[in-house]
Amino acid sequence: MSFSDSPTLEVKDLKTYFFTKGGIARAVDGVSFSVGRGKVLGLVGESGSGKTVTGFSILGLVDEPGRIVSGEILYRGENLVSASMGRMRELRGLNISMIFQDPMMTLNPVLRIDTQMIEAIQAHEKISKDDARQRARDVLGQVGIASPDERLRAYPHQFSGGMRQRVAIAIALLNKPDLIVADEPTTALDVTIQGQILYEVQKLCSQTGTALIWITHDLSVVAGLADDICVMYAGRIVEQGSVNSVLDNPRHPYTHGLISSVPSRNRRGVPLAQIPGMAPSLLKLPKGCSFGPRCPQVTADCGIIPNISMLDKGRQLRCHNPLDALVSPKLKD
Amino acid sequence: MQSALVVVIMSFIVFSGVFLVGDPVEILVSDDADQEEREMMIKSMGLDKPFLVQYGIFISKAVRGDLGDSFVFQEPALLLILDRMPATMELAVVALLIAIIFGIPLGVWAGLKPESLASKSIMTGSILGFSLPTFWVGIMMILLFAVLLGWLPSTGRGDVQIILGMPISVFSWDGFSHVLMPAVNLALFKLSMVIRLARAGTREVMHQDYIKFARAKGLKESRIILVHVLKNILIPVVTVLGLEFGGLVAFSVVTETVFAWPGMGKLLIDSIGLLDRPIIVAYLMIIVFLFVFINLVVDICYSILDPRVRLEDIKS
Repeated sequence: MSFSDSPTLEVKDLKTYFFTKGGIARAVDGVSFSVGRGKVLGLVGESGSGKTVTGFSILGLVDEPGRIVSGEILYRGENLVSASMGRMRELRGLNISMIFQDPMMTLNPVLRIDTQMIEAIQAHEKISKDDARQRARDVLGQVGIASPDERLRAYPHQFSGGMRQRVAIAIALLNKPDLIVADEPTTALDVTIQGQILYEVQKLCSQTGTALIWITHDLSVVAGLADDICVMYAGRIVEQGSVNSVLDNPRHPYTHGLISSVPSRNRRGVPLAQIPGMAPSLLKLPKGCSFGPRCPQVTADCGIIPNISMLDKGRQLRCHNPLDALVSPKLKD
Repeated sequence: MQSALVVVIMSFIVFSGVFLVGDPVEILVSDDADQEEREMMIKSMGLDKPFLVQYGIFISKAVRGDLGDSFVFQEPALLLILDRMPATMELAVVALLIAIIFGIPLGVWAGLKPESLASKSIMTGSILGFSLPTFWVGIMMILLFAVLLGWLPSTGRGDVQIILGMPISVFSWDGFSHVLMPAVNLALFKLSMVIRLARAGTREVMHQDYIKFARAKGLKESRIILVHVLKNILIPVVTVLGLEFGGLVAFSVVTETVFAWPGMGKLLIDSIGLLDRPIIVAYLMIIVFLFVFINLVVDICYSILDPRVRLEDIKS
């Protein structure tokens, strides 16, 4: 196997469970996917579908009472599930970095920006404070922060939400990682800033070959950004494939429902479709296919968890009654 | 401005409070004095005038820095107290240091591993620190360390050296051995409080996103705890400790009495026994000033620790 062909990250049958007093919550239950160099993977799903826990599992940051129960997370062939704490610390921030959802909470309020950036560099290499500051300044400029020299001396509360997220993204980029896990990084931002950040991240990925896992519930973001897409529901991936084929031709009723609930110019005047019901509690999942109770296509077969079926062009699907290509709405345009 | 008002109001409350407590003449005048001597005594102390006039005289003198002469020692009350102040301050500072040096690490540790046996022992110990009465612990310490084991002297203050114009005893071994027991005794309550504050703060901060983000940056656990966690929990600890330092000075009375420590608290207790009004009033006034001053210092410390309360913004 040649080095350049192997994916940057390969997740195989990952299971991360939370052992709570109320029972076992299977937050991530048998998830598999891979991301290649310079590629963007969109991980899409509702709140509580396990997408954030998947991200934390990759970095080994799942908090008690959660635990990776089984599966493999292969970073360039190295299994991170069995890696030591020390090895994970080396990888985090240097090879794999993460951007969090809420920019107001990710920066330590009592430390200056330069402190928080320089420590991220010095944690991984022997470098003088001045050189580290120089690099921090350059990266801040790169993510579009004006007068970075002055900004380095500021505290987080002196920044707006959008600026803080740029700082958090800059911190994620500091050590030029191979992989960035971005957990809804633009959800808390307004649409203009979101567009700018998406553009910058995309540019960086194509320039540096960084692989990106973009976790979001916003299909329109994924449509413009990702190469591949995984749709998660209640801890499982229900459908995955290249972004165009999945969005143009969703086969799983859940994916179809998600796409239909995005406003579109083509369906003017028609009430917006919605998926009936709510995402189930992970402690009380319905038997069989977890989407069954909300699914318009549900049949008696759905009492058994459907297996993953392989379709053409690398598409995967977990459904007994997949939709026909013809009923699919269009997200684009 | 606000502080000045507090001082004025306090002076009135203190003065009238002491006025109501009892008549010092009964105690100070010897039993075999005749009526004429009594009258003279009362007149010389200014106790023949109505209350408001006495208060007026007190205030007009007080603004010039004269808080009256002690009935017993016939010396300015202020000087008598200031003379004893370094001993009390020394005791309070040593106690405060003990509370910080031991309280913060123990509290942080208990906060990091809330389920461990050590953490539970620390918390149980801190309940004892809260609930055991200071005087009893003091007496038990004397019994154990001074009487039974004979390691430490039981009472008094050790050799005093003049350092920076202040008589300080803690830098000599003799002085240190004398100050250790009363300081630990005085610190016990504050130590328990610091442990609890640090533990609660640590548990709260550890669940914040920025700690997880710090981990995601690949920082060493030691840096996360010593920089990211510690600086955040210092904010409540400094606030409370600063305010409590006033209490430490003001209410070291019990400890000073148990260990016969020659500080202001001891002087106060003696003066209350003798109804030496000027000293009681002067003592309370000094404590009021101390509290106002400490409040100011805490505010300054707060702004150093927490950038969000700093008023000036960065110039853009």
